[in-house]
Amino acid sequence: MTVTMSGALNAALRDSLEADDDVIVFGEDVGTLGGVFRITDGLAETFGEERCFDTPLAEAGIVGFAIGMCLTGFRPVVEMQFDAFAYPAFEQITSHVAKMRNRTSGRVGLPMVIRVPYAGGIGGVEHHCDSSEGYYAHTAGLKVVTPSDAADAYSLLREAIDDPDPVIFMEPKALYWSKQDVELPSQRPGFGEAVIRRTGSDVTLVTYGPSVPMALQAAEAAASEGWDVEVVDLRTIVPFDDETVVESVRRTGRCVVVSEAQGFAGVAGEVAARVSERCFHSLQAPVLRVSGLETPYPAPMLEKTYLPGVERVLDAIARLQWDDVPDLSHEPAAAVSRG
Amino acid sequence: MQTTANAAQQALLPSPNPVQLLDPTGAEVEQHGTVRDYAMPDAGRLRQIWRQMVIGRRFDIQATALTKQGRLAVYPSSRGQEACQVGATMSIHPTDWMFPTYRESMALVTRGIDPIEVLSLLRGDSHCGYDPIATHTAAQCTPLSTQLVHAAGAAYGEKRRGRDSVALAFIGDGATSEGDFHEALNFAAVFEAPVIFFVQNNKYAISVPLSKQTKAPALAYKGIGYGIRAEQVDGNDPAAVLAVMDVALEHCRSGKGPFLIEAHTYRLDAHTNADDATRYRSADEVTAWLDRDPIARVEAWLKSRGELNDDIVAATHAEAESLASDLRDRMNTDPTVDPMSLFDNVFATPTPQLEQLRGMVQAELSAEAQA
Repeated sequence: MTVTMSGALNAALRDSLEADDDVIVFGEDVGTLGGVFRITDGLAETFGEERCFDTPLAEAGIVGFAIGMCLTGFRPVVEMQFDAFAYPAFEQITSHVAKMRNRTSGRVGLPMVIRVPYAGGIGGVEHHCDSSEGYYAHTAGLKVVTPSDAADAYSLLREAIDDPDPVIFMEPKALYWSKQDVELPSQRPGFGEAVIRRTGSDVTLVTYGPSVPMALQAAEAAASEGWDVEVVDLRTIVPFDDETVVESVRRTGRCVVVSEAQGFAGVAGEVAARVSERCFHSLQAPVLRVSGLETPYPAPMLEKTYLPGVERVLDAIARLQWDDVPDLSHEPAAAVSRG
Repeated sequence: MQTTANAAQQALLPSPNPVQLLDPTGAEVEQHGTVRDYAMPDAGRLRQIWRQMVIGRRFDIQATALTKQGRLAVYPSSRGQEACQVGATMSIHPTDWMFPTYRESMALVTRGIDPIEVLSLLRGDSHCGYDPIATHTAAQCTPLSTQLVHAAGAAYGEKRRGRDSVALAFIGDGATSEGDFHEALNFAAVFEAPVIFFVQNNKYAISVPLSKQTKAPALAYKGIGYGIRAEQVDGNDPAAVLAVMDVALEHCRSGKGPFLIEAHTYRLDAHTNADDATRYRSADEVTAWLDRDPIARVEAWLKSRGELNDDIVAATHAEAESLASDLRDRMNTDPTVDPMSLFDNVFATPTPQLEQLRGMVQAELSAEAQA
C-alpha cells in the first residue's frame, strides 16, 4: 500500500499506544488538532485524553513533565512542534534527559521520545526550519534518529518508543508527505545500522534524513556523467554506524558528506573526520562536505540558495578529481569543469 | 456569580503575614490575620522535630568542617533553615516523592538516607549516592528550578496510577525567577498534580538580595496567578512549618491540586565555602537572625511544658555528636571509583563508539599498571 511518512509515523504511535498501556503522547496541539502536522491525528479520539493530551505551551515544561512521568513508569512520547521551538527545552534535554541514567548510576533510565519536526524546504517562516541535530548529537546520553522514508519512519519510531533510553527523533518535515509503497508494520534494521540506498563504486555520499532523496537524485545525475555513486543513509546519527560508512568509502575511495545543517562544527564534520581517520589509506581525495551555509536559516525566498542541492553535490563530486593528481588549489564549484 | 468568583480568588490568597505559632522565645502566639486556622502540632511531633533538627544541624556543621579539610569539593550549608528542611520532610510519607536541590542535605538526612550517600554529590565520587527509585527521592538538582517540572510530572504520574502520593519539591528564593519555576506551577495547576512547592526564602541568591530578585510583596503571591493555593509561614518556627505542611498535604491528598509554601527563613552561613558573605550582608543582620533560632524556639516551648529535660537534651546532643564522628571517620577514607564505570551508565547498552573508548581507556590503564 502507499504510505506517506506522516501516515507511517501516525501508525507507529498508534501501534505503540495499543501495545503498551504505559506509552503516552503529549505536547502542544497533539490532542484535538492531531498536531500541526497531523502526526498525532485521531490518537486522542481512539485512545482517550488520558493517553494523548494537550499541554500548556511550554517546551521545558513538556520535557520536564515527561521526566517526572518516567519516574512513575510511563513511557512518554512528546512533540516539540518545530525544531527551533525546542530550544526552551534545551536545558531539560541536556542537563537532565541526557544525564539522568548517568547521574543516578544507572538507577533511573528515561524511556522517552522527543519528536522534533526539523529542517527546511517547506517555505516555513523564521524559526521553523532549523537543522538542530548537531546540538543533540553533541550531547552524550541522547540517541539521535532521523528517518528518510515511510518504512524507516515507522520502524525507527517503534524502536525509539521501546528503547530504555531517551531518543531525539528528528522528523524531516519536507519528507512528511513523501510516499512509499510499503506494508506496515515495517521491520527495518535497528538503531546504529546505516543502509546503502544506492550502490556505486566511484564515490560514497554519506547522508541522512531530509537530504537522502536529494543525494539519490544527485547520484542519478552523476551516473549520466559516468560517475557511479553510492548513497549511504545513516538513519541514526547516535549510535553511528562506522562500519557501513568505512566499508563503503574504503571500496569507493572517495567520500562526500551531505547534510542540510550548517557545515561548521556539525554532524557532517564529524562524519568527515571519522572517515578521514579510518579510511586515510583508501582515500583518493579529501573528504568533502556539502551542507547548509553558515548563515541563519533564511527567509523562504532564499531557501533554494541556502539549501544544499543536486548541483552542489555534483560540483563536490567533480572536485574529487577523477583523473590524475588531485588539485585542490582552486575554489570549489564554478572553477571545476565536470565535462 | 461575582461573590463566587471572589470566594474562589480569596481561597487562593496566602495569609498577609507569615503563619507563626511560636514566637522566637518559644511562647505560643495567637494567629493574627491568617486566612486559615492552623492547629498547634502535638508535643510528640514537636519533640521529634526538635530532635531531628539537633541532628541535622550537627550534620551540617560537620559537613562544613569536612569542606575545610578538603573532603568535600563544596558544601552549601543550610544552618538556620532546620525547621524548613526537617519540618517539611518529616511531614511526608516514605511513598511520597521528594525533589531536593543541592542545599537539601539536611532534608535528605531527615528522610533517612545515609549521610555518606547524601554527600556523594559534594564529595565528588558520584552525582547521586542513593537510589532515587527506592527512596522516592530524586537526585539533588544543581540547575535551578528544573526539578520542579519533574515533580509536577511525577505527581501527575502517581495520580494517574491511582496512588495517594504527593511530591515535595524544594527551591530557594532566587530560583523563583527561573522560567522552569513558572512552567512547573502552571503544569501542576492545569493537571491538578499533587505537588507541594516549598520555597525556602532565605533572603539571598548567593549575594543577590530578595529586593533585587522580585517586586512581588511575597513569593507566596506567585501561586495566585497560576490558580495555586499558597501560604507563607515563619520558616524558623518549627510548629508553624508542621502545621502549614499538614494543611498543604491534606489539600494535595484530597485531590485539590498543588500548593505553594513560602517559608521565611535565613541562611546563616555563606552560600557555599566559596562565597564571602561579608561582602553583601552585615554582621548585625546575621546576629538578628541568630535570635530567631528554630531549635532554641521549640526547645524552650518543650521545656516550659515539661516535655523535655536537660538529660534528654544531653543525650540527643551526644547522639548527634556520635553521628558526626561516625561521618567524619567514614569520610576520612578516600573513595575508590572504578574508571571503567565511566562507560557503564551513558546508555542502558553502550554504543559501539563507547565500547571503542572503553577499550582505549582499558588499554591505558593496563599499560599504567604494567609500568
